[in-house]
Amino acid sequence: MFKDAIGKKSKKVKNTVERGAVKKFAEAIGDVHPIFVDEEYGNQSRYGRNIAPPTFPRVFDYGEIEDFYLPNIGLIHGEQIYHYERPILVGEEIYCYTEVVDYYEKTGNMGLLGFVILKGYGEDAEGKNIYTEKQSAIISEAVRKELVR
Amino acid sequence: MNSIVDLQIDDSLEEITLNPVSRIDLIKYAGASGDFNPIHTIDAEATKAGLPGIIAHGMWTMGNLAKLFTPYLEEGFIQDYKIRFAGMVFLEDVITLKARLQEENEELLDFTVAAVNQNGKEVIKGAITFKKYV
Repeated sequence: MFKDAIGKKSKKVKNTVERGAVKKFAEAIGDVHPIFVDEEYGNQSRYGRNIAPPTFPRVFDYGEIEDFYLPNIGLIHGEQIYHYERPILVGEEIYCYTEVVDYYEKTGNMGLLGFVILKGYGEDAEGKNIYTEKQSAIISEAVRKELVR
Repeated sequence: MNSIVDLQIDDSLEEITLNPVSRIDLIKYAGASGDFNPIHTIDAEATKAGLPGIIAHGMWTMGNLAKLFTPYLEEGFIQDYKIRFAGMVFLEDVITLKARLQEENEELLDFTVAAVNQNGKEVIKGAITFKKYV
């Protein structure tokens, strides 16, 4: 079921980078620097406004991939990669979607493990890339059996 | 160090040691990120998943680690941030954040980064490429 999903994408979802959400996120990672949360400081900065921390895109809605379901429970997050063209600005609109870029299986001392590689995209209104992110999620044998049932 | 561009190869950014990980830290991160996987907040769910107790979201640790670079975000930005989640973080663990400059050129500063627990084990590790505004 995962192999068939390779190459599938979700439809783009418009996300607004909300000031309150950025503040809450900055607090949750203990990084309440004024560049993220103080409006006046942001205005005076080289960005002309506040920016968001680099791992903030976790918050965005990437839409659903048709016929593809990955549970939140039972997955192990193996790797995470971000690539930025520029920082995310507070108040801007970002169009996000996700793609299944790979799936493969490996047998190890934990049994047969599945590796799902998902890529996330964040673009501006003109379709220009702002950032991409890639995560590898590891699915244990027990969880995979549940899914294909 | 007032400026990131003054760093020499093998220099480190000033380390940050976090307060011991608390349940409220993880509840706050769940709320702020939208990741409500219960193994990060509810003991019984963690036990059911075969864990000795709740564990921190890997992304919580990764989010924390990036703050070593926050004071320098007017000199450049984090262009690439790669992390491998190498170990689990439990309640009361004391995490230290580290970054060391590996390579540099006109545009880019390449750092190796890691978060290390009280036993000296790297719980996440990877690399950050910081792109300078030139």
